[in-house]
Amino acid sequence: MREDLSFLARDNFPTLLTTLQEAGYHTVGPQLRDGAIVFDTLNSVDQLPKGIHDQQAPGSYRLEKSDSPRLFAWANGPQAIKPYLFTPREVLWRSQRSKTGELNFSTVEPEVKPTAIIGVRPCDIAALYLQDKHFLQQEKVDPYYKKRREQLLLIAVNCTHPTNTCFCASTGDGPQAHYGFDIVLTELDDGFLLEAHNQRGGALLEKLPVQPATEAQQQHAEHALTHAAEQQTRQLPGQNLNDALFKNLQHPQWQKIADRCLGCGNCTAVCPTCFCHSEGELAALDGQSSEHHREWDSCFSPGHSYIHGITIRPDTRTKYRQWMTHKLGGWHAQYGRSGCVGCGRCISWCPVGIDLTAEAAIICGEGDKDE
Amino acid sequence: MIKPKIAVHKFSSCDGCQLAFLNMGESLLALADRVEIMHFAEAGPVDENASVDIAFVEGSIATQHDLERIQKIRANSAYLISMGACATAGGIQALRNMADTQQWIAGVYAQPEYIDTLDNSEPISDHVKVDLALWGCPINSQQIITTVRDLLFRVTPKPERDKLCLECKRQQQVCVMVSRGESCMGAVTQNGCGALCPSVGRGCYACFGPAEDANCPALANRLEGLGLVDREIAQKFLFINSAAEPFQSTGNKRKQS
Amino acid sequence: MSNPYLPLEAEIIERIQESPGLFTLRLRLTDPTQQAAYTFKPGQFNMLYLHGVGEVAISIVSDPQDEQIIDHTIRAVGRVTHGIEQLNRGDRIGLRGPYGNGWPMARAEQKDVVVITGGLGCAPVVSVIEYVARRRERFGHLNIVQGVKHASDFIWRERYDNWRRMADTQVLLAADAGDPIWPWHIGRVTDLFEQLRFNPEQVMVVMCGPEGMMKVVVKNMLARGVNEEDLYLSMERNMHCGIGHCGHCQYGDKFICRDGPIFTYTQIKSLFKVKGF
Repeated sequence: MREDLSFLARDNFPTLLTTLQEAGYHTVGPQLRDGAIVFDTLNSVDQLPKGIHDQQAPGSYRLEKSDSPRLFAWANGPQAIKPYLFTPREVLWRSQRSKTGELNFSTVEPEVKPTAIIGVRPCDIAALYLQDKHFLQQEKVDPYYKKRREQLLLIAVNCTHPTNTCFCASTGDGPQAHYGFDIVLTELDDGFLLEAHNQRGGALLEKLPVQPATEAQQQHAEHALTHAAEQQTRQLPGQNLNDALFKNLQHPQWQKIADRCLGCGNCTAVCPTCFCHSEGELAALDGQSSEHHREWDSCFSPGHSYIHGITIRPDTRTKYRQWMTHKLGGWHAQYGRSGCVGCGRCISWCPVGIDLTAEAAIICGEGDKDE
Repeated sequence: MIKPKIAVHKFSSCDGCQLAFLNMGESLLALADRVEIMHFAEAGPVDENASVDIAFVEGSIATQHDLERIQKIRANSAYLISMGACATAGGIQALRNMADTQQWIAGVYAQPEYIDTLDNSEPISDHVKVDLALWGCPINSQQIITTVRDLLFRVTPKPERDKLCLECKRQQQVCVMVSRGESCMGAVTQNGCGALCPSVGRGCYACFGPAEDANCPALANRLEGLGLVDREIAQKFLFINSAAEPFQSTGNKRKQS
Repeated sequence: MSNPYLPLEAEIIERIQESPGLFTLRLRLTDPTQQAAYTFKPGQFNMLYLHGVGEVAISIVSDPQDEQIIDHTIRAVGRVTHGIEQLNRGDRIGLRGPYGNGWPMARAEQKDVVVITGGLGCAPVVSVIEYVARRRERFGHLNIVQGVKHASDFIWRERYDNWRRMADTQVLLAADAGDPIWPWHIGRVTDLFEQLRFNPEQVMVVMCGPEGMMKVVVKNMLARGVNEEDLYLSMERNMHCGIGHCGHCQYGDKFICRDGPIFTYTQIKSLFKVKGF
């Protein structure tokens, strides 16, 4: 039995939120909007999705309500942390032209406040670490991402209710969080097991009305997480598919996918690790000032591979191939691991239900090529 | 500084795209500072035959008179912009291209002999060279501001190459198709409106026309999977931009089956 | 907040029209401190910013030793470069960089150098030729090969004439379609390869141009016994950020902007033959 686990009774759960708020954090958490669980400002625990369960399948996401008191009995929604650090659109700098033609460039600093996100999943943390590698652990650091990242406190919640599209157990990124959080919770019927991962989390925990977790509670949690992993039916055909994918660049399956794929880029937009963005310009009509911004882009956008008159990837076959070979292949050399954390969002939120795991299996030669 | 001269012309249309000028607010004053508006009947100035640097043309070619006017306008304009779905793709009135126009006229009007109309409603580009097409039903003020600003900078206006879905996700709208089974045209439609319909929980109507490399047959299959019958699928594609490919061929295929 | 995305202001101190649609901008950073801090290597590029319009990646063609002067030869092919084309001496522009790895010139010392370009005025390799020209004694035989489609596409005739007069240097030119005043080879650039003089074991081959052309060059050079590690290719992709963040220039497991734009054939050969990356 572990000594470092605490128990917070369900009735006392609101103290977690109020403690964070009193410490000056802008609190963010999961809640219902437009038929999905989304992350937004969380003022009260009443906003949390109590008794809500998600039914996900390729191309489909539905919520159901039960009378369960549980707040985290669901897998995930279309987004989690990514938009809070790598924002969908932001102004980077301004150019001001004087009457005599000189140019002055000034950074538009992001307005950042200490933010605590509650309800982050292990897969989301894995994705966060990958985005950290991309934006921060480089020769050139992204200062916008960095500024927000430094202000982030994370309350993770282990996943006890994976959905049909989840495959984090196979990528090694869940259902239990092992790193990257301040505190992690495991939800039980009557309350939560809490574990602090760092000093900040420990200090926070000390302010909560917790008791040492009993052996029975710990066994319940362990069992729930083992069960969560066992429930997952999907998996990628291997941890490192780099060689298998690049060996199969002419596989007929790429075209079969392209016949179904809408090229909408939703998979890339909901993917918690995708980082592509385009830079653009919005000039005032008077021509003297102009804002230089960036916004999420997608390797499925026709402009993504455009270069003076040539589109390197003119068709969906090559675009999808770019997305998958990079996500599951190229990332290994670039970031030391696959770019997929098994959250399954690209499967659920694909309007036509293309299943990354199934397609990867076919292309890597482990599936039925005749479908 | 010599101000470029502009004109705003109207053909068969609802006038909604011209409102993109009038609804600009303060920017309209900034615009008026930078260009000389020679002709814009809805706003005041009338000089239809003025020679201009930039002509904005709203509406489709639908009458004999339109055929003659558009030639004159082209001759008088250095740079011609088709503005909105009607001018760019024939508009909603191009629905009649799929029917017998004479029969319609006879059915609708008590004295059909007074009606002067061509059998088809056609985009401006079917008749004269169009330098830039602005899609949308209607277009919005930002499209005009960006276009005019780029032309004042003497650069080609940047084409919109994103699909609506991408903008919808940037705004973190919940996909209405995936979460509710709504039929949505976003995956084959050009961005431009800022994902207006999905932001109020409705599927996209494809006002901004077909996106580049739109996979219409695949979307049609998906709509079928959502329970739509062929006639309904055809209506999705053959609506605001019925004359634009690849909407037209996918729509016609579903219409005929 | 230190911001690698923020451009610096530069002034156009000279504008040279090289040919219709091709021009060189000679730039100087307006802030003396920034000017003093700015250094670059041959083959690196800058992101140039046209006020209100946007940024574009452009190779630096001047010599690193020419302090304070940053030359860019630009072909007006897109909306930003068409806009930049209209700027004049004294106008201001945004500049950030230098980016990319540059040509590994130190590795070429004491070796023969073969420079092969196809298409129109290949700016990235001009820096190699000028670098060798200024430090002639450090390098072996210099071969400059340029192929164009039409004789009229050929630019910098004077510059090529100067190079031709340099010691231990040969210049080979070919046009697919000649004209009455085209004195050089009419036909494919590969026809000239027989005339190249180099020691395949002691050579650096640098190339730039359409990928189809580079494929032919690579094949030819490998057949002549050149080690693939000695074949250097300048690659080009869509670049928005220049610093490996935006993802547009993704090439397998590389970012062209950050890990390139110059690669040995070994580094990229697995994808180089495949269309769509």
